[in-house]
Amino acid sequence: MYQILKKEMLTPAICRMEVAAPRLAAAAQPGQFLIVRADEKGERIPLTISDFDAERGTVTIVTQKIGASSADIIAYEPGEAFNDVVGPLGLPSEFMTMAPGKLAQQRYILIAGGVGTAPVYPQAKWLKAHGVPVDVIIGAKTKDLLIYVDEMREVCDNLFVCTDDGSFGFKGMGTNMLEKVVADGHQYTQAVIIGPMIMMKFTTLTCKKLGIPATVSLNTLMVDGTGMCGACRVSVGGKTRFACVEGPEFDGYEVDFDEAMRRQGQYKAEEAEANEKHVCKIGRGK
Amino acid sequence: MANRIPRVPVREQDPKVRATNFEEVCYGYNKEEALLEASRCLNCRNPRCMTACPVGLQIPRFIAEIVADNIAGAAAVIAEDSSLPAVCGRVCPQETQCEGSCVLGVKGEPVAIGKLERFVADYSRELEKPAVAEKVEKKGKKVAVIGSGPAGLACASDLAKWGYDVTIFEALHKAGGVLEYGIPEFRLPKDKVLRHEIDDVRALGVKIETNVIVGRTITIDSLMDKEGFEAVFIGTGAGLPKFMNIPGENLCGVFSANEFLTRNNLMKAWREDYLTPIHAGKKVCVVGGGNVAMDAARTALRLGAEVHIVYRRTEAELPARREEVHHAMEEGIIFDMLTNPVEVIGDEKGWVKALKCIRMELGEPDESGRRSPVPIPGSEFEIPTETVIMALGTSPNPLISKTTQGLETTRRGCLVANEEGATTRPGVFAGGDAVTGAATVILAMGAGRTAAKAIDAYLKER
Repeated sequence: MYQILKKEMLTPAICRMEVAAPRLAAAAQPGQFLIVRADEKGERIPLTISDFDAERGTVTIVTQKIGASSADIIAYEPGEAFNDVVGPLGLPSEFMTMAPGKLAQQRYILIAGGVGTAPVYPQAKWLKAHGVPVDVIIGAKTKDLLIYVDEMREVCDNLFVCTDDGSFGFKGMGTNMLEKVVADGHQYTQAVIIGPMIMMKFTTLTCKKLGIPATVSLNTLMVDGTGMCGACRVSVGGKTRFACVEGPEFDGYEVDFDEAMRRQGQYKAEEAEANEKHVCKIGRGK
Repeated sequence: MANRIPRVPVREQDPKVRATNFEEVCYGYNKEEALLEASRCLNCRNPRCMTACPVGLQIPRFIAEIVADNIAGAAAVIAEDSSLPAVCGRVCPQETQCEGSCVLGVKGEPVAIGKLERFVADYSRELEKPAVAEKVEKKGKKVAVIGSGPAGLACASDLAKWGYDVTIFEALHKAGGVLEYGIPEFRLPKDKVLRHEIDDVRALGVKIETNVIVGRTITIDSLMDKEGFEAVFIGTGAGLPKFMNIPGENLCGVFSANEFLTRNNLMKAWREDYLTPIHAGKKVCVVGGGNVAMDAARTALRLGAEVHIVYRRTEAELPARREEVHHAMEEGIIFDMLTNPVEVIGDEKGWVKALKCIRMELGEPDESGRRSPVPIPGSEFEIPTETVIMALGTSPNPLISKTTQGLETTRRGCLVANEEGATTRPGVFAGGDAVTGAATVILAMGAGRTAAKAIDAYLKER
């Protein structure tokens, strides 16, 4: 069992939890993810790792309430425990294995959308700690949905925040923000984009227009996360790749986002049916 | 004369009824039936059945105990060589192994060894447990077993019986490997049968740590260098699904058999109270002709679909066990033989709407002696379908070989190991599908036992 040590609602629908998982915490690296199965009857849900602490033996996860399974995860309280937490899964970010000489020449722009801001945090933190120039754009629909603004400021050189409705920071989407930042004279050798599939698709297009190579982190469907089921397959450069073991990060220019979005919605009909029947477990006696 | 008694038939659930539920197909023998069937055994002086068993089960001995009405004694004989009799009695291809070698089979029907093994396991489980393995002297040496499937469980059981301190590391949240995620409930009940036999392995002193992915969470190097394991057995199976690499394979509604079966078996998607979704739809095409294809097809049938098996050769070449093919046919699975998919056709929303296939004919025999299928030009046609399940076989997962220094693999991704199971790295052994590519539960168990002996010899020398 994997005990929840801390819990904090970052927005009414986004929850941050610190969970005890010593082996996982000792092995986790930026770019990787994990899988949680809350209870015996729960799904295996892939979640990004937003921080890890080998000494404390903990990982931090940020979950947005979307369907029945994510609602179940959020319903857990400190002191309670998840049945299963497994990882780290996927490959670490590309910069983790880059030759120091090459890394020193990089200027990163990390572009985060919505709950995708959480996994951007350990990447920025690592780059900053290794002296690599790194700027971050955080975008959300509205002020109340922004997360990690203060934390992120500590781990990057320049933080740019935007909201679709202008309720906080720049008014516009991440793509508009990126164009503005570049127009203002900032230069980047590499973008990393993490957020909803549709946001990654359009931000990649903007990067292409601006001539910035773009890495995206794909949150595909998964069951086991070890290459066994193939639910996560995506077309990258015309080839089928497994996001769970060959990703989650891929060259955004090469990803077939339209296919990826369709595949992500494959179980929508079944999930809608399940949501209707689902009995929320908040307040259940455990 | 004992051999004048015909083989005792085994009772099964009615095909029409079982096609709509996930209850076990075969009921197994009751005691009366088992005693009668056991009486058919000639107790050969030179038991060919035993030689044909990959784990060397002492078949005439345990059957003699049944004849003597000492079922607990029979269980004890089996336990000397196998921790998974209820599993093997159900899923082994006995027709090509023990029963295939039974002398009675020359002129008539062989002894139903599998059904007797199953009877002993089920009967003694439902009664009180026979004596657990006697206390052994601890050797004070740690061995890590990677993977809790048949190879790992068999290897761990033997090592624990010999006094080693054994820990199994399992990547998934439940122990059992393919027995848990691959083989469906209607062939191998999980809670009633499998859990129990895995608990028996635990009772030998084997520790099982789930949610540990070797190659990600930890590595073989860290196990040996930091955690004090003196030897490692890799029994990680063949978990990677193969696809056909035809157009349309990434459309919505195309699944690997692994995904389909894992959702249904490990995640229990067939039960309404479990949250994991599964999609079968009204019509399903399963591509392939092995046991996994039969399992996927019969699962889809039970979820309410009309199911076609699409296979490029003929019924005679189906690699699945005869019993499975027979059961599938009885249940109403439709077999489209000499048919090979060339494309998956999608609708405007990106979902499967048809499987485009080509008719095949059998040509000249290839190196394996099987007549290879050849496409008939211009014979393409479409099978309208909502779902396509690819059951084309699996290959070993490279997670470990890629993260472990000094472990050689073949071009097919299988670990290189000698007959004893020793890999190219000292102290690291391997067996089962990870070495051979996809095979059977019992061959994996046999390989696990062989490697256990080699590990014992290796650690004694150290």
